[in-house]
Order: sequence, then C-alpha cells, then structure tokens
Amino acid sequence: MARMAGRRVLLAVPVLLLVTFGVFAVAAASPFDPVTAYTGTAGLTASQENLDQIRANLGVDQPFTARWADWIAGALRGDLGDSAVLRMPVADAVAERLGWSVLLAAAAFALAVLLGTAFGVLAARRPGGPLDRCATAIAYTLEAAPAFWLGLLAIWLFSLQWGVLPAGGLTDTASDTVTAGQVARHLVLPAAVLGISQLPWFYLYVRQGVGDALDEDPVRGARARGLAERTVLLGHALRSGMLPMLTLIGSRVPELITGALLVETVFSWPGIAAATVQAATAVDFPLLAALTVLATAAVLLGNLLSDLLYGLADPRVGFDG
Amino acid sequence: MADRRPVPFAAPAVWRSRGGTRRSTRTLRIAASAAVLVCVALAVLVVPPAVDLDQQAVDLPSKLLPPSAAHPFGTDDVGRDLLLRCVYGLRVSLVVGLVAALAATVIGTAVGAAAAALGGWTDRLLMRLVDTFSSVPHLLLGIFVVAMFRPGLWPVVVSVAVTHWLSTARIVRAEVLSLRSRPYIDAAVSGGAGRLRVAVRHLLPGVLPQAGLAAVLMVPHTMWHESALSFLGLGLPTHQASLGNLVQTARGSLLAGHWWPTLFPGLFLIVPTLAVAGLAGAWRERLNPRRRAELTL
Repeated sequence: MARMAGRRVLLAVPVLLLVTFGVFAVAAASPFDPVTAYTGTAGLTASQENLDQIRANLGVDQPFTARWADWIAGALRGDLGDSAVLRMPVADAVAERLGWSVLLAAAAFALAVLLGTAFGVLAARRPGGPLDRCATAIAYTLEAAPAFWLGLLAIWLFSLQWGVLPAGGLTDTASDTVTAGQVARHLVLPAAVLGISQLPWFYLYVRQGVGDALDEDPVRGARARGLAERTVLLGHALRSGMLPMLTLIGSRVPELITGALLVETVFSWPGIAAATVQAATAVDFPLLAALTVLATAAVLLGNLLSDLLYGLADPRVGFDG
Repeated sequence: MADRRPVPFAAPAVWRSRGGTRRSTRTLRIAASAAVLVCVALAVLVVPPAVDLDQQAVDLPSKLLPPSAAHPFGTDDVGRDLLLRCVYGLRVSLVVGLVAALAATVIGTAVGAAAAALGGWTDRLLMRLVDTFSSVPHLLLGIFVVAMFRPGLWPVVVSVAVTHWLSTARIVRAEVLSLRSRPYIDAAVSGGAGRLRVAVRHLLPGVLPQAGLAAVLMVPHTMWHESALSFLGLGLPTHQASLGNLVQTARGSLLAGHWWPTLFPGLFLIVPTLAVAGLAGAWRERLNPRRRAELTL
C-alpha cells in the first residue's frame, strides 16, 4: 500500500509541473502585464527607464519559461512570491487562510455524507414511495441550483427575516478576538449551504447503491434467515451499497472547491477560495498561480485518497495498479 | 418486525403507473420537461423581437416593487421589470452556453477522434493531457483564464469551452475505438480509403449522435459556469446582463430585505436545467430500463 501511494505521488509530480507550466504559458499569452499591474496609475506618468527598471526588478523581462523555472525553484524553498492584493507573502496568506477553508469544507462534507446516507437509505427502502419521490425531486432541484443563489437566499431567510444567524464573516464585527463560539455560529450558514449543494450527489449514489444491493442475493439470504429489517438494511445493503460511493468521495474534491469558491465569496469567509476570487478580480498573478496549483494538488490528493479507501474497504482490490 | 417491503424480485425497477386511467408520472415528467423547453425557446426567440418593451427602461418611482399583476416578478432597484430582465438574461446565458458547448464539443470530438484514430503515443499523450486538465477544478481554471484575459464575452466563452471538452473527448475516443474494429471500416480500408477519409467519412458520422447528446447535456453546465463567473464579477459586462449578472446586481437589494430580484433569475436557471435533465433521464430509461438513472446533471 505504501508502494502504491508512493508511485501515485510520483505520478502527480509531472501533472503538477504541467499545470504550473500551463499557468505561466496562459499568463504569457494574455494581455496581462505585471509592470502595469505593479505600478498602477503611477505607471502612466513614469519614464520608460523606470518602467524598464521595474520590469527587470520583477524579473518579467525574461521569457516565461525562465520565470516558470524560477517560480518552481522558489516554491520548493517555500517562497511563492508576494501577493499585491493581500499585501503579504503568498505562503503566509495560504498558511493563514487554509485552516478556515479546511474547517468549512470538512463541516460541509460531514453534513453532506451524513444526510445523504440517511436519506439515501430511507429512500432506497421503498423505491417509488412518497419519501423517495420527494427526496429525489428535491435532490435534482438542489443539484440544479447554483450554490451562490442558495447562499443568498439563506442569508435573506436566516439573517434578515429571522435574524437567527450572522450573514457572513468569521466573527462579529465588534469583536477583535476569534473565539470558538463565534466561529461556530458564523460557520453554520456557509457550511450548511456548501453541504446542501454537495448533498444531492451523495444522496443519489447511496440511494442507487443501496437500492441495487437490496435486490441482490446476499440480502435475500439475510431476509430468508429472518434477520431484522434494520440489520438487513444497515448491516448488509448499506455496507455493500456504500462501496462505490466510498471510492468516489475523494473524487468530489473538485466540486467541493467549486462550491467553496462561490460560498466563501457569498459569506465573506476568510478562506483561500475567497482569496482566489479576490486575486482573480485584482489580477494578482502570484497569489492566483499558487492557489490554482494548490487546488490541483488537493484534487490529486483526493484521487489518491479514494483509491486507498477503496483498497481498505474492499479486500478483493489489490494495490498493484 | 413486519417486512413491509415487497419481495425483492417483484420490486419495481422503473416507476410505473399504478394502473387506472391516470397517466404515469413518467409521461407527465416528459411532457412537462418538453413544455418548459418549448417555453424557453419561445421566450428567447420570440419575446425580444416581438415585444416592444425596453428591458433597460429605468422607472425610479416604481423601484423594488414586489411581484404584482403589472410586474409579475416585481421590479429591481432602478424600477426595471424583472420578468423582462430575466427573459433577456436567459437569452444571453443561453447564447453563451450554446456557443461554449458547441466549441467544447468540437474540441472534444477532434481530440477524442484523433486519439482513438491515431493510437499509440498520440493517444497516450492526448489522454494524459485530458487527465491533467481534469485535475484542475473547472471553475477555478475558468476564473484563471478570465482573470488573465480580463472579463468579457469571448474570454468567458473560451474559459467555459476549455473546461468542458474533456468528457466529450473521452466519450468520442471510446466510441471511435469500438467503431474501429467494425467490418465496414475494414471494408473501407481494403477499398483503398486513406486515414483521413476513413476518419471523416466513416468514423465521424458514427460518433456524431453520441457527441450531439453530450453537447445537449452540456448546455446546462455551460450556462451554470457562465452564471457563476458573472456572479463573481468575472463574467459578462453588465450591459450584456446574464442571469448571473442579475443575481450579482441583486445582492444589494437582497441585503435590504427584497428577495425577488435574487429569487427569479435563479429559478430561470434551475427550471430549464431540470427540464433538460428530465428529458435526458427519460431517454436513458428508454435505452436501459433496468437501471434507474443516477444523477444526470
């Protein structure tokens, strides 16, 4: 298993290199000019020598392949450049914000898995029953609904109409310390919206998996032995029905990141996804490049995790692949 | 505990009408989906030329009116009629979505067909490229492209297209690989047809139905992406307001407690998506009735 994990990590290296190369190539092909971005309005009146000097200082007079190599070398030392929009080194910004994003994503993921499994099992028990029809219709609607729209409506209902939950941010505006209670209160809405936007997929997979498993021989055998319905459902059908879903949990990372980009922006959550949108709006290339590569690494890690989980959950799978 | 579930092998695999004269929900679902899509097509094609109303007409005295008979969806913060704004927004979103889906399908078909028809190193290289592309989250890649090329109509179309061709490439490649071993291809080759002729005249027509279906299913996705980009302020300029722009501009009104400028553009995105999913699900059930469709969105 360690061998397999090691091989997969090695295979991820060329992918990451290719993605960073692509990022620099796209930037070089675009009309974006780091010098204009750096100087701002002062660049309009500056002399050509000054501009050339800045260009040389920033290192952008070199071809993009050389800048790419520099960036890789810097990244290996932990230096990802400086972010203009956040006014701090990119590495510090990531370190400061990563934890909040992981907290949000983990809470949302837990919610989606728990609710999706519960409703999926209940719906699979009686396919075509009222619960199944209602839950499936809601699941399709939620899947079609954009996360930002759900977030805005949630803010309207819970923060403005009922006034029970804060509309955004990490702490109350008056507070200058971060306390666990405040963070928990501010976490509820974004995590619920992100979780609900991920929920339909889990629900439909569990429903399909458990529904298929209920029609198979092991379940028929369990019923014939007179086991309680509860044991049949949770001990037999759910266990084999969960298997395909388990393998795909890791591959949900891209959707989770997509959802986080929208939800963190709507709720002003101080995570890295919100920083990505800020970086894109302000064309802050060092920050945007680092976060794009980080997201790719997260996706690759998710894929690795799902392969490992599959191996752990299903003893028939070897780790030779 | 009484077993309330019917015996497993009698469990219905497909929702069926329970007898009687009521029509099955499946037929209803197909009819409703088709009706919604016809309405969308009519609204998008007929309303702008036929209805002589200015969607940009500002009417400050009647700003932020709740839904009423005169304004079925209410008015926005400068008194523009939201129903009209939504129809125009849907038109913009749909056009961007269609163009992006078409472009993505062309790229995907070309890459998939080239990979399968040429095989060997080309195939491996192209498929590694597809894997690399799919390991960057799509919306993030779109945001990156738009940020670098500045928001506008074409950057949005390009950024949506370059993130959506991957699944088409995989589908087309698999399809071409299975077609390649058919006798009629052997016949064409032994008849002296060159590589290009075999690919264009014999392989491509075989994969077009699949690619076409994939393109239709892609349109809700591309519309969703365009809306997300526009909502983040990285999409279309505000004078070409799409549904995403409408939600974005409605944020201020929402925080003042007015829900309708946010609600209706979202519904305009959700309802057509569900209609496409409904038809696609029915189509899939027809092809493979045993297996109820998973998520088809």
